[in-house]
Amino acid sequence: MDDMRLVERTVEQLQSKIEAKGVQVYYGEKHALKDVDVAILDRTVTAFIGPSGCGKSTFLRCLNRMNDTVASARVMGSIRIDGEDIYDARVDPVQLRAKVGMVFQKPNPFPKSIYENVAYGPKIHGLAANKAELDSIVEASLRKAALWNEVKDRLDATGTGLSGGQQQRLCIARAIATSPEVLLMDEPCSALDPIATAQVEELIDELRSQFSVVIVTHSMQQAARVSQKTAFFHLGSLVEYGETGQIFTNPKDPRTEAYITGRIG
Amino acid sequence: MSVFMLLALVAVFSVAGYILCRQRALKGAAATGQKLHSLPNYYGWYGFVMASVPALLVLAVWLIAQPLVIERQLSGFFPPEMIEDDAARTLLFDDVRRVAAGLDVAVAQGALTEDQAANIRTEFGSIRDRLATVGVALGAEVTPPVLQAAQDYREMSHIGALGRSILTVLLSLGGLALAIRVTKPAFRARNRVEQVVLALLILSSTIAILTTVGIVLSMLSESLRFFTMYPAADFFFNLTWSPNFRGNSELGLLPLLWGTLYISFVSMLVAVPIGLFAAIYLAEYASPRFRAIVKPLIEVIAGIPTVVFGLFALVTVGPFLRDYFAEPLGLGNSGSSVMTAGIVIGILNIPFISSLADDIINAVPQSMRDGSLGLGATKSETVRKVVLPAALPGIMGAVLMAASRAIGETMIVTMGAGAAAKLDLNPFEAMTTITVKIVSQLTGDTEFNSPETLVAFALGMSLFVITLGLNILALMIVRKYREQYE
Repeated sequence: MDDMRLVERTVEQLQSKIEAKGVQVYYGEKHALKDVDVAILDRTVTAFIGPSGCGKSTFLRCLNRMNDTVASARVMGSIRIDGEDIYDARVDPVQLRAKVGMVFQKPNPFPKSIYENVAYGPKIHGLAANKAELDSIVEASLRKAALWNEVKDRLDATGTGLSGGQQQRLCIARAIATSPEVLLMDEPCSALDPIATAQVEELIDELRSQFSVVIVTHSMQQAARVSQKTAFFHLGSLVEYGETGQIFTNPKDPRTEAYITGRIG
Repeated sequence: MSVFMLLALVAVFSVAGYILCRQRALKGAAATGQKLHSLPNYYGWYGFVMASVPALLVLAVWLIAQPLVIERQLSGFFPPEMIEDDAARTLLFDDVRRVAAGLDVAVAQGALTEDQAANIRTEFGSIRDRLATVGVALGAEVTPPVLQAAQDYREMSHIGALGRSILTVLLSLGGLALAIRVTKPAFRARNRVEQVVLALLILSSTIAILTTVGIVLSMLSESLRFFTMYPAADFFFNLTWSPNFRGNSELGLLPLLWGTLYISFVSMLVAVPIGLFAAIYLAEYASPRFRAIVKPLIEVIAGIPTVVFGLFALVTVGPFLRDYFAEPLGLGNSGSSVMTAGIVIGILNIPFISSLADDIINAVPQSMRDGSLGLGATKSETVRKVVLPAALPGIMGAVLMAASRAIGETMIVTMGAGAAAKLDLNPFEAMTTITVKIVSQLTGDTEFNSPETLVAFALGMSLFVITLGLNILALMIVRKYREQYE
């Protein structure tokens, strides 16, 4: 694949969107995430890489408090989005999740029509005053997700009838319909074929202009292709965080180098 | 030889078959140096099956067929008018069998010799008295044709038993010999045993279906007899139910059907919301510890015998509803009422619905919930807009199954709803259902030859059609939407 692109990568943004300090996560007795400090930039694609079980998905799920739905999980430390601590008692996790959208590993469209899938979030949050507004939100979201041309004639068809790649783009459209500021993606391409993967990656690159995107991936090529910043997790710790080009060509930590060259995994 | 002895013998042959075939396979492999196709036990099981299954099958068929054949043979003893009627015929042959059994007992105890038993005639004295001395009580004096038939019956039974024994033993030994003959290292015993397992599975699945077919056929034939005595149009459309064993009964289905549906409706009003909410709480909100305690507790209700629920309806719910609702509201003063029975059946059905719905809600993939929660939906929004719609077909199926249970419920209705067949809208009025009337038409000393008793079969058939229809509907709904979230 064309990894050459990564040398052109430059980080244009300097303003950070999310700042995490000393984040610890326990699942029952298990210490899943150890003392993670990271600053995620606005309008940038940040990739989390690392071997399975290294804590990268756990950290991603801390960013929109999805770990709250796991009974045994405990989160400590501070995570601030735009300077506001999201684990503060005054923050409603439900409101937070509208601001921090999430796309999951396996495409999970609801067993409803394509239209209803995208309209779900806006309806719940009352983003549209009438049917016409809702229609335009749905259309805009589907366009942003590069799905509009494929489904515009069958918005009433069920979302589960689409192909895997289309389903995942539908889930992305569903996530951006609530106009979030951050988009979290948990291995969004792991269930997709190479063509669908390429489409979704292209989409992620376009989304960078409006959102701060955080993507967890097992594929180092994917991280190299789509991200500007990369964080490498290992055994629950953040080992190295830096510009993607630097991480892949000139890693500072020996563990990062070992992982990138395929010696640990 | 008794059937028990035969079974024991077949068992011995089968075990021998297991041991012999297994040994032969092992020896064959050792002698020729060939590798066995299957594990040694498979050869053993093949021998076992060959020695037992064909013999047992033939034995079973013989046991069923022999009485039928003998009965047909004996029909010649009786004038046609005596056995014209099915009921009379059954009674007559019961007598014959009883006398034959009595003679067997007498011979066994030494009161009669084998010869005497075969040739004794009514002219030489009362058979009834002689059999009474050996402890066999007969209801009436034995008539010459019955005695003769009984003697022939004994003779034929003996011949039959002999033939049965010989055939079974021969088949068992033959199967054993065949199995030993084919047992060679290259023989595919494993595949053969697989076929036997398959046959066993097919047999089990068809038995349930065949039983249903048998039930339907027997109900159908009795119902048709009823409709020859009582006009079908009256049965289905008459608005009165007043059976009268002296004649001119009015046997209208509609009051009973109304009672059945009304009570079922009330019970579903109780069971569906409570059961469903309980299931949602248990599946979505309850902590694992709470769930581990409460779910079995709810399911305990399902284990309570319905007659206990009936008592609850009779002494607690009925008087309570009468004293606090029916009388103050001026809606009557009956302790047994549609409400009483409906509420108690509803309680009975709560665990049924909650348990099924809980399983169905749990089967909705977690990714659906994550998707909804990740979009900023609250838990109840997620349940209402994503989980329940995805689980709806399954829940509909559970509800319809519960409905057919409510329709078929008998004991609670008998004790809680009263016995008056009425077409009334007042839910505090006593009413009755199809099931209760089936029971009341058939209890006591009855013969199946008047429309008043045979109506029970027509009622049963109607009930069967209603519940079957509901079940089919439930299955269709479940099947149609099952793959929705996959």
